Amino acid sequence: MKTVITAAGNNLSAAFDKRFGRAAWFCVYDHANGALVFEKNDFADAQGGAGTKVSELMVEWGVGKVISGDFGPKAKDLLDRFKVQMVVVEEDATVETLLERIKKS
Amino acid sequence: MARPRRLRKIVAPPRFKGYRPHGHQGLTGKPVELLYEEYEALKLADYDGLDHQAASQLMGVSRPTFARIYQSVRKKLALALVETRPLVAVYGNAWMDKSWFVCNSCKARYSVPEGVDGSRCALCGSSSVELIEP
Ligand SMILES: [Zn+2]
Repeated sequence: MKTVITAAGNNLSAAFDKRFGRAAWFCVYDHANGALVFEKNDFADAQGGAGTKVSELMVEWGVGKVISGDFGPKAKDLLDRFKVQMVVVEEDATVETLLERIKKS
Repeated sequence: MARPRRLRKIVAPPRFKGYRPHGHQGLTGKPVELLYEEYEALKLADYDGLDHQAASQLMGVSRPTFARIYQSVRKKLALALVETRPLVAVYGNAWMDKSWFVCNSCKARYSVPEGVDGSRCALCGSSSVELIEP
């Protein structure tokens, strides 16, 4: 299973990005082997439909859980339908803090 | 310390908010609270005709727990009928696919897709979580 954390930058000390569709980066953590990659969000500046596009991307990547600050109604609906778990976090944190929390759980 | 509430997964919640007796004389008694999980137990056993083993598996509870929930709903229905008391459907300890939870420990909120255990926080793993009522 893979978990995605929306990130403002491409490293662990980057701030957690509370936007989902328009997040700058995606931190992708693979629980099976501990692999960690940062993927740039090509839809961050899209005219519209970023939430939908990014939701589809999550499904394509085989993501089971997404940690972000806010999911729009379309993204929510899609992720629900594809059985991707949504986690809404409102605190200001670094990507590393959140990653450690899921690793420990 | 209070024991944490065990939450039970419900497939089909009741499609009513309550029932009220009619055509009787005198006062209607205090409402009887029918929990979602009790309604589900009654439906699985007496409407769908499942045996307790299969029904308990569907609800993700042990057989003795199922038996307890089932006993409780039978008793409540009898009470409502005999004492002409209204029935109200209340949420109880149930959760559904569309439910969201909030973690008391890290404050994260999370959805619970099919096949995922909702009783532990999706971020920190704490079991101190509460249902956000829809
Ligand atoms: Zn938590």
